[in-house]
Amino acid sequence: MQSIEQQVVEHIPRLRRYSRALLRGDVAAADDLVQDCLERALSRQRLWRRDSDLRAWLFTIMHNLYVNRLRRAGHEATLAQAPEEIEEFAAPPAADPVSLLELERAFARLHPDQREILLLVALEGLSYQQVATILSVPEGTVMSRLARGRERLRRALEGGAEVTLRRIK
Amino acid sequence: MNYRTPITEADLHAYVDGQLNPERRQEVAAYLAENPEAVAQVKSYRDFNQGLRALYDPVLSEPLPPQLRVMPRPRRRPWRVAAVFGWVALGAVLGWVLKPAVLSIEPGPRQLLAQPAVYAHRVFAVEKLHPVEVTAEDEQHLVKWLSRRLETPLKVPSLTAQGYALVGGRLLPSTDLMAAQFMYQKQNGRRITLYIRRGVGSNVTRGFSYLHADSVGTFYWVDGPLGYALSGDADKPELLALARAVYQSLTD
Repeated sequence: MQSIEQQVVEHIPRLRRYSRALLRGDVAAADDLVQDCLERALSRQRLWRRDSDLRAWLFTIMHNLYVNRLRRAGHEATLAQAPEEIEEFAAPPAADPVSLLELERAFARLHPDQREILLLVALEGLSYQQVATILSVPEGTVMSRLARGRERLRRALEGGAEVTLRRIK
Repeated sequence: MNYRTPITEADLHAYVDGQLNPERRQEVAAYLAENPEAVAQVKSYRDFNQGLRALYDPVLSEPLPPQLRVMPRPRRRPWRVAAVFGWVALGAVLGWVLKPAVLSIEPGPRQLLAQPAVYAHRVFAVEKLHPVEVTAEDEQHLVKWLSRRLETPLKVPSLTAQGYALVGGRLLPSTDLMAAQFMYQKQNGRRITLYIRRGVGSNVTRGFSYLHADSVGTFYWVDGPLGYALSGDADKPELLALARAVYQSLTD
């Protein structure tokens, strides 16, 4: 049987991918977050039950560290009031196929809650139930944040200019 | 068509994310066949999922940095702590003894060319109103002006065959000297920049070097008096192909 360390190692690339996406491509900060996550996981490995899902447990730790970090940086306040500004950075309406660059930019402007859910679903392919457990929120909250995040992306990437005008009025 | 329960927003999301049971899945598929608006919605949600994977899946195959490779860690023991102190002390002594040798390392193409190119790319590639000082319409003037300021005849490589059109260029300060930056753009809005400067500490480098920093990739090389750095957030193979095209176009 594999030791927990060996099993954790297998998840490092996934944790890095998630962290990188969450921290908008900041490689150093993203790897710091992964490192913190690994240290905490190993120092608390007795809390992990062998029969439970290790990946979900690691992502839960990562989520908690990320939220602490946001709180410390006082980001939450500034990000929470961002929605009305978001549309000003919207892509030109011409962009037919979603350009990755525009997607990356629009995604970075979503609320952290919405970013986390979109990533856990899109990158990790986790079920809504698992996402709810990781973030310790009800499944209904996962659904509504997912829907809001995706709609905001749609507005930013597709109807960009029109939405801006309507909003400003 | 009648559905046992009406199709909701949540069903559309779950459909995209593959989280429906086969029966419900069929019902949603039937609903989509009659609702083009919902189809568009589902399509963009799917595009977002794929886009996020395209953006971040490359991280999976990156080599792990050293600080993430230290596991599994042995348990700390008192003598280990003592040993660590010993090594730290030895390191400090060695560091002090070797300091002059380390400090005398000259900055090379990486510090003088690739890193400033990354900064310059990050500053101007996202710029909507003033991406360049002189636009491609005045290409002749642009080249003459920058050649005069860099005191070296410059050429603007053409990347039209690769789908990139010249946007224009600008003059920039670069560590101790100055640099020229040419910007190119693809139809989808993706931009790459070519950064050129003299005096990068070497007359020729063998092949292309690669630097990835701040989610910008840069291939750089030195040819005669000039150093070149091509930066962009295109994936590595595409960027390399572009760097080759630039090199070709400059040596023709």
